[in-house]
Amino acid sequence: MSIEVRSVSKSFGAFLALDDVSLRVGNGELVALLGPSGSGKTSLLRIIAGLEEPDRGTVLFHGEDATRRDARERGIGFVFQHYALFRRMTVFENVAFGLRVKPRDERPPEAAVRKRVTDLLKLVQLDWLGDRLPSELSGGQRQRVALARALAVEPKVLLLDEPFGSLDARVRQELRRWLRRLHDEIRLTSLFVTHDQEEALEVADRVVLLDRGRIVQAGTPRELFERPATPFVLDFLGSVNIFHGRVENGRALLGPLSVDYPEHPHSESAPASGYARSWEIDLARDTGGPGGFLATVRHVSVAGAVVRLELDPDDGSSLKVEISRERFEELAPEPGERLRVTPRKVRVFLTEPGRE
Amino acid sequence: MSAPRPREPRAVRLVLIGLALAAIGLFLLVPLAAVFVEAFRHGAGAWFAAVSDPDARHAVKLTLLVAAIAVPVNAAFGLAAGWALGKFRFPGRNLVLTLVDLPFAVSPIVAGLVFVLVFGRSSPLGGWLAGHGIEVVFAVPGIVLATVFVTFPFVARELVPLMQSQGTDEEEAARVLGAGFFKTFLRVTLPNVKWALLYGVVLCTARAVGEFGAVSVVSGHIRGATNTLPLHVETLYNEYATQGAFAAASLLTLVALAAMLAKAFLSRHAGEEAP
Repeated sequence: MSIEVRSVSKSFGAFLALDDVSLRVGNGELVALLGPSGSGKTSLLRIIAGLEEPDRGTVLFHGEDATRRDARERGIGFVFQHYALFRRMTVFENVAFGLRVKPRDERPPEAAVRKRVTDLLKLVQLDWLGDRLPSELSGGQRQRVALARALAVEPKVLLLDEPFGSLDARVRQELRRWLRRLHDEIRLTSLFVTHDQEEALEVADRVVLLDRGRIVQAGTPRELFERPATPFVLDFLGSVNIFHGRVENGRALLGPLSVDYPEHPHSESAPASGYARSWEIDLARDTGGPGGFLATVRHVSVAGAVVRLELDPDDGSSLKVEISRERFEELAPEPGERLRVTPRKVRVFLTEPGRE
Repeated sequence: MSAPRPREPRAVRLVLIGLALAAIGLFLLVPLAAVFVEAFRHGAGAWFAAVSDPDARHAVKLTLLVAAIAVPVNAAFGLAAGWALGKFRFPGRNLVLTLVDLPFAVSPIVAGLVFVLVFGRSSPLGGWLAGHGIEVVFAVPGIVLATVFVTFPFVARELVPLMQSQGTDEEEAARVLGAGFFKTFLRVTLPNVKWALLYGVVLCTARAVGEFGAVSVVSGHIRGATNTLPLHVETLYNEYATQGAFAAASLLTLVALAAMLAKAFLSRHAGEEAP
């Protein structure tokens, strides 16, 4: 079932949580709502679930207006950030809940309930924990029980609020791969909220990036990564260096850097900033050649597949650079050494008034 | 690592412990024992005769009747208050929270007088009720009302903070899974607070049985009609029927002791419910 959100706005008191947001999730898609805290992503998810009412705008399921439909009748599965498992019920009863509270004439017989719950617990690999209480489970196990419980009522849509938010790093990694595989198996239209860009880019078919109640950009992980629409997107999706300056006569003059900017051929200058990702920067011994600028190595961090360096350019700013281990061994830079810095790719954005 | 224990000289410790034990003995244990000693001073037969006296039996029945009405009413009020104040934010919530505690702040005598003023025959409401054959003041309905008022906060005070700390996540989860209000309440909300509810009910019962001040004002002390057990104790005492007074008082004390035991047992379980 597809989900569509049209021009939805929502405020809480004076705080505008969502400002004219429109969004479509196609049938069988797995979409991530990504954004910093306070960007409105959870409010949007709760509005789609029917747990919150929009001030304006409509929510459509399968093309039908569902804005006024009660959460109970939306046919959704919802996984809460802190799981919201029923603390007084066993794992088995938690999963069975949705089936047991159905109206008498729709309620499956006890044997069918037991079979369905057992199957679901097998699917989430927890069939051996059926008679435990939620408080006796680990975070990752609770998460999977919450998922099984949501799936028990055969929802048409699955909504997940920060599904891996309160788990430690290793369990997160495992669970999100597992969620991706599960989605590939059951192909349920799914929307999940996260503040972790890595999670969104790794798991989702499409990523919708929100900031201050507005959608900044939506697209495949690759589109967002390769063609960020705004500095915010660029900044949010990984480590970048910012160079402030101006554009004039088709050139961007950004402190120590100068690059072509044919979009602004005029002679009057406009404030602009250049962005270079930390892994799109070359470092070399200074041979006095043209291009780039000099900076002093302050710190080298060698743990991991890439080597991270912090450098101090002469203008008092700070620079983050990531280079491959091979390049690092070739160059063998020492703290205090002066290196020539040459960004391979600089993205230039005109500075919007009122925004950093 | 545990913090180092304070090291007082041995003599100081012994004196402090001795003082504490003496205070407990003097103010708690001696009076408690005295009640039973006085009650049984003339033997078990006299005790039995005193508590099976028709007026005493009536007082016990009336007290139980009042508790049997006031406690369920306040359990229901308390649940409603806990649910509304604990799970929702609305304008005026703090005012309502303060009002819940009003019966604790107001002297029971004042509460009783207010009921006499509002429901007495000279008031418009009381006059109208009397015209329809309903006596409130100096009758059982007044005693029930006064008891409900005085014991109102006990259940609510247990449930509001607990339900607030438990939040609404589980209720929302139940709703998304298709459960209606009553199913959610019965299967999720109520089981989550059942021990705290029982705890509040025990406190509420103990107070409902023992309430004196407000009930004393509205009851009119009519023997065999509007005397509850605490009032019966007072009546006998004022008539220098000391042994009878203490026999009745021993019943009240037994209720209190049972409530203490139940409270100790329940508070352990109620602690588990905090998230």
